[in-house]
Amino acid sequence: MPEKPKIALYWCSGCGGCEESVIDLSEDLLELQRRADIVFWPVALDSRLKDLEALGNGEIDLTLINGAIRLHEQAHMARLLRRKSKLVVAHGTCAHLGGIVGLGNFHSVPEILARSFREVPTVKNPGGILPGGFKEDSVRGPKLSGLTDKVMALDQVIDVDYYIPGCPPPPELVGEAVWAVLEGRLPEKGFVFGDRKTLCHTCPRLDSKPEQISLKGFKRVHETKWDMEKCFLPQGVICLGPATRGGCDSRCIQANMPCRGCFGPLETMEDHGAGILSFIASMIDAEHEDEIRRITDAIPDPGGLFYRYSAPHSILGGGKGPRT
Amino acid sequence: MTRRIIIDPITRLEGHGKIEIRLGSGGQVDRAFFQVPDFRGFEKFCEGRAAEEMPTLTQKICGVCPTAHHIASVKALDDLFDVEPTEAAKKIRELMHTAFIYEDHLLHFFYLGGPDILVGSDDKRFGKNIFGVIGKLGERIGEEVIEIRKRVRGLNALVSGSPLYPVCGLPGGVSKPVPEEERIGIKEIARDALAFARRCLKIFEEEVLESREYVDLTHLDAYSLETYYMGMVDGNNRVSFYDGEIRIVDPEGGEFEKFGAIDYLHHLEERVDTWSYMKTLYLKGVGWHGLREGKESGLYRVGPLARLNASEGLATPLAQQEYERMFDVCGGKPVHNTLVYHWARLIEVLYAAERMGEIAVDDQLTDPEIRNIPVQSPRKGVGICEAPRGTLIHHYETDEAAILKRLNLLVATQNNAGAISLSVLKAARAFIKEGRVSDLILNRIEMGYRAYDPCMACATH
Repeated sequence: MPEKPKIALYWCSGCGGCEESVIDLSEDLLELQRRADIVFWPVALDSRLKDLEALGNGEIDLTLINGAIRLHEQAHMARLLRRKSKLVVAHGTCAHLGGIVGLGNFHSVPEILARSFREVPTVKNPGGILPGGFKEDSVRGPKLSGLTDKVMALDQVIDVDYYIPGCPPPPELVGEAVWAVLEGRLPEKGFVFGDRKTLCHTCPRLDSKPEQISLKGFKRVHETKWDMEKCFLPQGVICLGPATRGGCDSRCIQANMPCRGCFGPLETMEDHGAGILSFIASMIDAEHEDEIRRITDAIPDPGGLFYRYSAPHSILGGGKGPRT
Repeated sequence: MTRRIIIDPITRLEGHGKIEIRLGSGGQVDRAFFQVPDFRGFEKFCEGRAAEEMPTLTQKICGVCPTAHHIASVKALDDLFDVEPTEAAKKIRELMHTAFIYEDHLLHFFYLGGPDILVGSDDKRFGKNIFGVIGKLGERIGEEVIEIRKRVRGLNALVSGSPLYPVCGLPGGVSKPVPEEERIGIKEIARDALAFARRCLKIFEEEVLESREYVDLTHLDAYSLETYYMGMVDGNNRVSFYDGEIRIVDPEGGEFEKFGAIDYLHHLEERVDTWSYMKTLYLKGVGWHGLREGKESGLYRVGPLARLNASEGLATPLAQQEYERMFDVCGGKPVHNTLVYHWARLIEVLYAAERMGEIAVDDQLTDPEIRNIPVQSPRKGVGICEAPRGTLIHHYETDEAAILKRLNLLVATQNNAGAISLSVLKAARAFIKEGRVSDLILNRIEMGYRAYDPCMACATH
């Protein structure tokens, strides 16, 4: 019997939702275990770093890496897994675009550390000590990896073969990617699983979306009620569907909430936030600068909303491509 | 030079961790460090964001327990905007939260910590996992646990958008009503969830309680800690997951403190270590006195066993029977044996299933009035719920435009941080003799923290 293909799964800086998307393969997870040899998957199996290091270069057939790169140690692990693997998939939005973790790029590392470890009201830290970044010594404890200057998406650290979008991705999409590789149906390098069109094309409310939307103002979700059957946009509620890749089964829309862009942009869009800005601008029905300003001022925190999932990959964050 | 034993990475838990054990010259264990190497900084990068986005933003702290963060966050928004949710909204939120605790506890029992006690200790390192559990208990059980988790998570998809990512929470309510025609399906899921919960307790009885090896391990001092316990309770001091007051009992079981969400700052404090990104919470009223047990130490525990210890019962009949039985078998309250967390977790699974059944027949569940729109200016809000792994606190302060100025997040596993470190140290001291280790010994050390079902993504956020 030929040897089963080897698979590894690893979690960098993230929430673990991508790991749940693997567990949620449900019975297909058992099928995966029958068809492949899972050699490294810390969340579910007792595999150690030394087991991974003992494997030959390129010995793993497929590695799924989720999470962004926030610690130097994660960059090291990504490089190690790259060497050991024939194919690497960026699994989920943090690995794909930087994700929610990437919102950290709006602040410096010292600011981020100081808030949590010195300034929040419950912390008692008279010496103002901070974790990470120092050398090991016998008194203080083991060495702790420091934070990288900026949060990075996976392809800003290593070469990535394919991408699974979504925060987290639907299990069906994870399955599609894994079976495609195991069955030798390899897409072209750089392929992003998911739809080739925006979310609007598969949205259950598409029929109620006008050709041209003209708005005199935007409403915040906690201040207003909206029609559950109709497109959010003509109702003045910002939905990021027009600039976001489809493939999520409209899961937020089905809960009567607008899209927040977790599947990221289509290939044709260089920068997700810029794409969002462009369609929002196209809806504003005003000519005078004062009125335009009044309307746009009603959008709270546009940077945090438009770049919620993609700051490291954005123009603001230096764009795509290797960072180190 | 000090000899070190390093477990890297620790496994079958959510997030990152390493253990470093330092040995003295005679091979005895001097110290043990439970290190969490990850950090994201939600308390900083959520500043400047819009308050109404917090339930979908802060839940990305944890993809394993997003629902708990979603609930704590939306409760903080209720408080922030001083708006009372409608009765239907409260029922919908409690249903999704309870359903989530049910399936999340099962994840631990079958996939993460449970394999330690379900798969025998003679088995090789790679046997203690979901596949090993299925090998031991049979494919049928594997199919059943997958099926019931899928259906319960499906219920949450119906109510909240996705079990991977609930989005329905808004201050004063939820975004979507539960249609009356869905009630039958919800009742069926709750009924089958209850049947499977009882089955799990039977498996626990046969595979664990009747296992001499497990019972002996449970009684070891290595797996015991005399600490305070904290959990949320209802007006009758019974366990509550969604709403209530926080109750703390001392190591002898007497009530130590009880407080509402808004007062948490008077009772809890946290400390920083240079070698880990996890902060350690302790009781402010007792103070930090190092990794020590007993009444004089501010260490406390949260999560399933702590909730049962800190309460006076469970509000549903079958779970109450099991609650009484557990304390009876274990010799009274409080129970300090860490491995009993596994049993307590399954009793909560039973409670969750019964509670889902109660909500499923509640008339208010399908009431179309699901939102009250806030009318007050926002300032400050605190939201608390019980996450599967323990008490979860979200605290927001905003400007008048409801833009976040400051946040404080105390996340379940942080409450257990000190106890986890001490549990690892005690297990290492008990099992490492003359500096010798094996896979089995390392597993026994990992059992010391795994019983808590720790989530390091939460603990570091």
